[in-house]
Amino acid sequence: MVEEFMGFERPKGKVGIRNKIMILSSVVCVNHVAQEISKKVDNSIAITHPLGCGQFAVDFANIQRTLSGLGTNPNIYGVVIVGLGCENMKSDALAKIIKRSKKPVEFFDVQDIQGGTIAAIDKGIKIGKKMASDATELKREPFDFSNLILGLECGGSNSLSGITANPVVGLVSDKVVELGGTSILPEFTEWIGTEQILMKRAVNEKVAQKIGNLISKFLENTMKLGVDFRGIQPTPGNIKGGLSTIEEKSLGTISKAGKAPIQGIVDYSKSPKGKGLWLMIEPSLDVESMTGLAAAGAQAIIMTTGQGSPTGNPVCPVIKMCGDPKTCDWMKCNIDIDASRIITENIKIEDVGQVLWNRLKNTCNGELTAAEILGFEDIAIWRHMAFPFSLT
Amino acid sequence: MRNKFLIMDQTDNCATCLVAISRGDKLDVNGKIIEIINIIPVGHKFALNNIKKGEIIRKYGKIIGIATKDIKTGEWIHIHNIKSHYLEVSKHG
Repeated sequence: MVEEFMGFERPKGKVGIRNKIMILSSVVCVNHVAQEISKKVDNSIAITHPLGCGQFAVDFANIQRTLSGLGTNPNIYGVVIVGLGCENMKSDALAKIIKRSKKPVEFFDVQDIQGGTIAAIDKGIKIGKKMASDATELKREPFDFSNLILGLECGGSNSLSGITANPVVGLVSDKVVELGGTSILPEFTEWIGTEQILMKRAVNEKVAQKIGNLISKFLENTMKLGVDFRGIQPTPGNIKGGLSTIEEKSLGTISKAGKAPIQGIVDYSKSPKGKGLWLMIEPSLDVESMTGLAAAGAQAIIMTTGQGSPTGNPVCPVIKMCGDPKTCDWMKCNIDIDASRIITENIKIEDVGQVLWNRLKNTCNGELTAAEILGFEDIAIWRHMAFPFSLT
Repeated sequence: MRNKFLIMDQTDNCATCLVAISRGDKLDVNGKIIEIINIIPVGHKFALNNIKKGEIIRKYGKIIGIATKDIKTGEWIHIHNIKSHYLEVSKHG
């Protein structure tokens, strides 16, 4: 049987699993305008952020790549970009980048409109409503899983995550890769202690060296700041929960990435250059991580949690799976898959893997996740190069 | 029925508890009866066989540490009797 999902065809051979309109604010000053437009446009999301002016050089490029990546994501039918006019994150420049995907993109600046923000909101609603109406004409069609990019995330983990929920995700990640699809593992600070294992899984020596260098450089540079990441893991809470060594903790994290060979490493919010399992340079804050995954083109994310994290993403559905019986009970409304049945009902990891696989297919077909239903739609952009020099 | 422990890979020499296990409890591990020596909290590990000081501890089929003391079958494994293998061999710093 060919495994398929019902998605939306996008230009240039891309496939979305959602069909949303994005109202993208280019600068913090017009966040309100984007939000007001989005309220009146069906099936739209407002992307707002505290940035867009005053950033420069590599920091600016990273923010621009992330914002345009979110708009480019195939879950988005079309984008309305709202600028102010005097900022350096120009709406027309963002539009030019997103238009490479050949999807509908419109943009305007508030300072070019007579009537101020009230007139700008009206203008944005008109454009957005037209786009939303066009979007409804598109119907779902069957596609195979080579079209899927899956993000692998964990947050609010506890000592059960690494032996229950995370290995289940590993099975599903391997399945996506087997079917010709792509999966991406971010959060490199949680690979520390397992770099030799990851390097052995690299498809060639060059990729292996990149993995090794990334961790060495990070450890060297953070040591200059007076922090030894190897010394602070596992945390006192981890030790109380039963994790004895840094490598034991990291093995639990990387078990989300299954056993597939590692094809390469991509920078934050950059798309992988091929299929299979990829790593992403991102240091481990869930919301920044999922923003980077969505900007890289992931259409779906699976996130495991132990203590209970409700976070989602405005562009990608986030399937939440939890391996802790108490959290599954207390935060039922936030959890899509109860992996604690491995503990309470003696269910095999492979059987929960099948449940998660079915849930992923259903999510691709349009079924909403808990985070989507409850409205968790925050983004955060990782700014590792904001001020890469000393000022004193 | 609740699952009391998990063995992540068949080459592992430790199991992780999914419920708190009491001293003296006898667990059936693939047909072999193991008597638990200490109280083992949820998420903590016990030895599946005798492990000598300096020997490797395996979980997920991978190395998670080295024994700093002799460890008996059914004994609690944690920071009091194992240390990081990675930190021992790490070339950094």
